[in-house]
This record gives sequence, structure tokens and C-alpha cells, in this order.
Amino acid sequence: MTANQVALWYLVASILFILALKGLSHPETARRGNWFGVAGMLIAVATTLAVVQRLDLILVAILIGGAIGATVARRVQMTQMPELVAAMHSLVGLGAVLIAVAVVYDPVAFGLPDPIPTGNKLELFIGTFVGAVTFSGSVIAFGKLAGLGKQFRLFSSAPVVFRGQHLLNLVLALVMIGFGAAFFLAAKESQWPPFLVMMAIAFVLGVLIIIPIGGADMPVVISMLNSYSGWAAAGIGFSLNNFMLIIAGSLVGSSGAILSYIMCRAMNRSFFNVLLGGFGAAEGTTAAGGEQKQVKSGSADDVAFLLGNAESVIIIPGYGLAVARAQHAVKEMAQKLQAKGVNVRYAIHPVAGRMPGHMNVLLAEAEVPYDQVVEMEDINSDFGTTDIAFVLGANDVVNPLAEEKGSPIYGMPILEAHKARTVMVNKRSMAAGYAGLDNPLFYLDKTMMVFGDAKKVVEDIVKAID
Amino acid sequence: MTGTIDPTVVNLTVFVLAIFVGYHVVWNVTPALHTPLMSVTNAISSVIMVGAILAAGPGELDFGSVLGAAAVGLVAINTFGGFLVTRRMLEMFRRKAPKAEAKG
Repeated sequence: MTANQVALWYLVASILFILALKGLSHPETARRGNWFGVAGMLIAVATTLAVVQRLDLILVAILIGGAIGATVARRVQMTQMPELVAAMHSLVGLGAVLIAVAVVYDPVAFGLPDPIPTGNKLELFIGTFVGAVTFSGSVIAFGKLAGLGKQFRLFSSAPVVFRGQHLLNLVLALVMIGFGAAFFLAAKESQWPPFLVMMAIAFVLGVLIIIPIGGADMPVVISMLNSYSGWAAAGIGFSLNNFMLIIAGSLVGSSGAILSYIMCRAMNRSFFNVLLGGFGAAEGTTAAGGEQKQVKSGSADDVAFLLGNAESVIIIPGYGLAVARAQHAVKEMAQKLQAKGVNVRYAIHPVAGRMPGHMNVLLAEAEVPYDQVVEMEDINSDFGTTDIAFVLGANDVVNPLAEEKGSPIYGMPILEAHKARTVMVNKRSMAAGYAGLDNPLFYLDKTMMVFGDAKKVVEDIVKAID
Repeated sequence: MTGTIDPTVVNLTVFVLAIFVGYHVVWNVTPALHTPLMSVTNAISSVIMVGAILAAGPGELDFGSVLGAAAVGLVAINTFGGFLVTRRMLEMFRRKAPKAEAKG
């Protein structure tokens, strides 16, 4: 195969990757989109296999990796998706680093001149450090998400902060750039030491960047690392003069960046603010204990009675619901209500889960039809005409303090549950949410609290609906 | 204007255009599918396997080809895992409101 033929096949693969993302604009076209992605990958890999001399090692590696990947994909639980995605980001990062080392070792294998031209060296430096940061950062994110904080302190979901942290990061980043420059200028004989030192610092930086970010900010971190893994791939594409890698990497990079932006906006925080970290610590809990206020609480039977007599109900699921594995019970409850002619819908806040779109997947897994699941912007105007807003395991995302000037979460977009005629809230206790804030919604006259484990409560409600 | 265009400039052109395409395509993704978006982009970024294959490809076995093969193996986890788990999720979004809904 000539170089031109290879390039044309790569063009076909690139287009298929774009179509794969385009398919995700609607659930009905998304499966086809995924097949486009698979086809693009097959073409890309097959084309490349056709130009190399030795296949045995590669095929064995694909077989082993593929078997592991397929097994994990089949076994993983939907609540574990954030961990899985973080782990996969780390693999892309590590892969990029290994490839970069191989390029420095033997550029001729990649069709590059030896010694490597300076332009490609610069790109190699960028690809390597982004890959290394992606790898070690994702490993930390994985540990935090998998709740391994007890085993290893750096994995703690509470932010790990120390004095001079930002200064240290800055200094390390500058030193790393210095060694990168040294690699850039070095002759072939002396290029390894600066390259390896630069790489080692990048690994350390990845750890340092992620440890100060708290558990509540994980949706942003995952999106950010998603973006990094794309830029790492693009960086490798630059160093190999391979436009398909650049295109695929840029698609992934911009996708992750957009998701980060959406998550930051949903939490009303700037990207910079998230990166500096420290959020999610138990600083604000003082606000919760203050004055004793009265809440009205009711039993599952009361809730069942009210729900059964309502005309319209909006269910607001939070991550607490998923933790209690109550999605199936909720769907059963919704079905029983729908059978009685109640209009039941689900309202999803963008940060309802632990990663973008997580709650939608969890509800889909419980076989909730996606057309009953409505995004925040589309459903907020309906709360005023809704009989009951039923909040299950959510807290900050329905906190009306977000509409009050001067409150710490002022400006955060919320689901306007407080506008419904009646509000019901299931919580395990009166403890504050991630933001450490008290929630005035719970003390409204029209609010009824139902305390207890979400699954148990919902199952009792299902039994009580006749 | 004289001389040939440097490959880096061509790469940069492709890069910028691809970001534009990515930007427009991704904003059109429905928020309900943001998790599958992330897993499928994960699979797509494993296309760096192409680079790993080139590293592992030369005839003789040396440090470079061992690194390449290791990278192929690692990234293949992503390729297979990413596309398969995306498919698994998208299957869940398949079922439209069935008649059974009304029976309760």
C-alpha cells in the first residue's frame, strides 16, 4: 500500500469517527453512531497492519488487551462507569507515553527522519507530558472514585491540600518545561536524560493536580481528563505527522472540554476554581446545625396516598438514589402511578450523578423510558403547575438558596422543586449535602419529609399504592 | 511565496479544523447521552493504537517494538472496552415506552 492510499483510508476512518459522535445527538441514532466508530477503528487498524513487517507480537497484544476490555465492559456495573472511564483515560495516557518513548528510541520505525526534526521533537515533548499527566491524574481520579481512600491516602475523596501546593505545582511545571526545552535543543546522543526527567516530572504533576480536588467535583475531573486524553492522542499525531490521530484526538479533546464546561456551569463554579481544589471539604457544615427548625415528616403510606391522588408528579433523583440501588423500585412506583392516570416524569440535574449523563444511564438501566426523563432547562417551567415534586436522594440541586443573593451557592442552576404545589423529600437524615448548606426547601409548609433508606421507602410506597 | 509548506503547519490546519468540527458536533449531543459520549470518545482516542502498531512493527525485536506491543495491548483494552460498554449502555436506551407501561 502506498503512503497516499494509507492516507486516504485514514481519511475515511476520520469521517467515521465524526459520524460516530454525530449519532449521539439522539438515542435512536446513537447505536448506529457507535457502529460507525467501530468501523472507523477497524479501518484505521487494518490499514496500519498492512504496512508493518511483523504481525505476531501485535496480534497477540490486541488479543490480550481485547479480551480484558471485553470482559470489563460486560461485567462493569453502571454505578461504576465513572471508575471505568477514569481507568480507560489512564490507559490512553500511558499508551501515548510509551509510543513517545518508542519514537525517541527509533524514529525510523515511524517513517520519521533520524535524528528527529526539531518541530516533531517539540510535539513529542507536548504529547509525552500531556500523556503522562493524563495517566497519573486518571489513576488518582480512579482511586478517588473507587473509594480507595482508606487503603491509600492520595486516593482520599476529601481534597488533599498542603501549604505551598500551588507554588510547588507551578515550580514543577516550569522545571518540566525547562527540561522539555533541553530535550528540544539536545543532540541525539544527549537527548535521553532531559526527556526522561521531563517525563518523570509530568507523572508527578498529574498526581499533584488531581489530589486537591474533592469528591463533589469528580464530574468535572473526569471530563477534564477525557479532554486531556484526547489532546495526548493529538500530540502523538503531531509528532508522527499523522492527521487521523490529530483529528480523532481533537474530537475527543473538544468533547471533554465542552463536558467540563457544562459541568462547571451546572455547579456554578469556574473551571479555574475547580482546578485549584479544596472544595468538597467539610468546611461549611456549621451552617447546618444552627437553629432548630421544624420539619413535617410523613410515612410511606402518607406519600403513597398523596401520590395516588395527584395528577402530575415530577421525580427528582439524586445520586443517593443510585447508592441505595432504588432505581428499579422507583420505576415500579412510577408504573403503578401511571396506571392510575398520574403523569409521572423525571427531572435530571446535570450533576445528578458522578459523571455527565450518569443519572440518565442509571434510569435507562432500570428500564425507565427515556422520553419520561427530562433535562433541567426543559422541565423547570413546569414545576409551577405540578402537584407533587418528589425529591429522592438529591439535596443541593434543589436548594432554593441558589436564588438568594449572598448565599454560597447563589447563581447555581437548580431544579425548581419548591415551586410545585407539594414537595416530598426522601432523605436518610437531615445531614447537609456536598455544599455543606442547610436546605430551606425542607422547612416549607408544603414540604413533607420521608426519612429512611430510599429503596426501603420507595418499596413501601409501591406496596401502599393500590 | 516560495518553498514547501512545513508538515507542522499542515498538522496545525487539520488540528484547528478538527476542533471546530468537534465543537459543533459535541454541542449537538443530547445531555442524556453524555456518559456514552464519554465512553465512545474514550474508545476513539484509542486510535493511537496506530502509533503503537508502527512502533511494534519493524522486523527485528528490540526495545522499541516491545514498548510498541505493550502500548498496543494497553490501548486495545480501551478500544474493545470502550465500544462494547457504549453499546451496552445504548441498548438500555433502546426500549421505547412499551405498552406494558400502562399495565403496571
